[in-house]
Amino acid sequence: MPTTYDIQLGDREPALVAQGVSVYYGEKHAVKHIDLTVPRNQVVALIGPSGCGKSTLLRCFNRMNDLIGTARVTGRVDFHGQDLYGDRVDPVEVRRRIGMVFQKPNPFPKSIYDNVAFGPRVNGIGGDLDRLVEESLRRAALWDEVSDRLNDSAYALSGGQQQRLCIARTLAVRPEIVLMDEPASALDPIATQRIEELIYELKQEYTIVIVTHNMQQAARISDYTAFLYMGELIEYGPTETIFTNPREDRTEAYVTGRFG
Amino acid sequence: MSVAAGPIGSAESAFDRRRRRMGGVFAVLCAAATLVGVAALGVLLVDVVIDGLPRLDRAFLTSFASRIPERAGVKAALVGSVWTLSLTALIAFPVSVAAAIYLEEYAPRSWVTKAIQTNIANLAGVPSIVYGILGLALFVRTLGFERSILSGALTLSLLIMPVIIMAAQEAIRAVPSTIREAAYGLGATRWQVVSSQVVPMALPGILTGTILALSRAVGETAPLIMVGAVGFIAFTPRGVMDEFTVLPLQIYSWISRPQEEFRRLAAAGIIVLLALLLTMNAVAIILRNRAQRHS
Repeated sequence: MPTTYDIQLGDREPALVAQGVSVYYGEKHAVKHIDLTVPRNQVVALIGPSGCGKSTLLRCFNRMNDLIGTARVTGRVDFHGQDLYGDRVDPVEVRRRIGMVFQKPNPFPKSIYDNVAFGPRVNGIGGDLDRLVEESLRRAALWDEVSDRLNDSAYALSGGQQQRLCIARTLAVRPEIVLMDEPASALDPIATQRIEELIYELKQEYTIVIVTHNMQQAARISDYTAFLYMGELIEYGPTETIFTNPREDRTEAYVTGRFG
Repeated sequence: MSVAAGPIGSAESAFDRRRRRMGGVFAVLCAAATLVGVAALGVLLVDVVIDGLPRLDRAFLTSFASRIPERAGVKAALVGSVWTLSLTALIAFPVSVAAAIYLEEYAPRSWVTKAIQTNIANLAGVPSIVYGILGLALFVRTLGFERSILSGALTLSLLIMPVIIMAAQEAIRAVPSTIREAAYGLGATRWQVVSSQVVPMALPGILTGTILALSRAVGETAPLIMVGAVGFIAFTPRGVMDEFTVLPLQIYSWISRPQEEFRRLAAAGIIVLLALLLTMNAVAIILRNRAQRHS
């Protein structure tokens, strides 16, 4: 059994509650019976060595694993008291309500404006699209750099700018939760710092679950940290506790850099 | 083994000399192999141009076939080729692209899909005369389309669809999965992902494949003989149900005559056919370059 600490929900309801979540890729049991509660308006970091299942677990939270033909998910993930894997749940709506930012910046080969407007357009979000695009770019701290060239190709931006564009694109469909899969791993230190500052800002309005293999990053930006190893959740609790006073030996060995 | 000390090249052995010579010989052989194709095309072009160029004038392009070589022209065949090709493109392109989209984006990864996939590859290798026989039985006789442009275009469509499907699949597969994930991650449905991201990105590749397949169709003779295209037509078609002829057939009908003058006509016809072909290939290259610039 994993060690878990009391998650201080206060009077807030949890954003996501995973119960006994397992993922199989064919015969491989990649994620094993994980229970995890994500508190609202907090940043939860998933850490662990390569192949520990942290990205796979993250992808359970907005049903991205559905797109991989061989993946099978069991267990429940409750969102507003409803199981995301319930029979009557449309994965398309799940992904709109729970957005995702990927490891490598993946803008569409279109203009900056059209990248941000894509989500609202496919979801039929009406209203003032120009304002929504500006607001999303401002939230992603990119507006000042691109406001005079919204019609330029997104590919003309630097890697760090592209990743903030991808964040803006995700925010434009007004999700409640933003999942981030190593969002800064392909970026240089300065761009990484900007993304981290941005995550801190976004916490005010969104719940964030972030996968990272950079332990300093997890320590800097997250409120809660979950340590996964070989598909199992080893320890989950307040970030400070996990990094300074973990109860599990394996957690301590990992966060102090003795393996991983 | 001792390590050579001293300037580079001071300790060259017989083994070193031999392997360097092998490298040189291999490069020359490969260059020669490349030249075979280029030389063949060069000889063909020169030979045809010498024979045909004197006959290639405005009158040749605007006259119908005739028993008198001086008055014969390529008009019916050229117009017939353009008609047949256009109709073939209209039929084959949408069907092939839809099939490719289904196979890549929708079809379950099952043995049925795999069987279909394998058979499309097999179909691409079926000799064109077989398609001609099928066209004769199915379109000309059973469906009663007679010896019409429609029968010819349908037959050519069957012939080139496997090629277009495979080219389109390749182009669709080349769209990075990260783009699909990004679109799905924003709450797009499969139809939206396909129509707004995947197909636009794959389109230059699909068009290139289509044009290359059509340039195969433009040179086809055998299946059109089977479905009844004729070598002697003295009018241009007014509709898809009219009789027709095409350039390769016209060339064949001229070249099989004994008189020297008709050989020159055939050569001039070949120039027209090659010009059509090279134009189509040039368009394909332009599209491909544009696609590379965008990615």
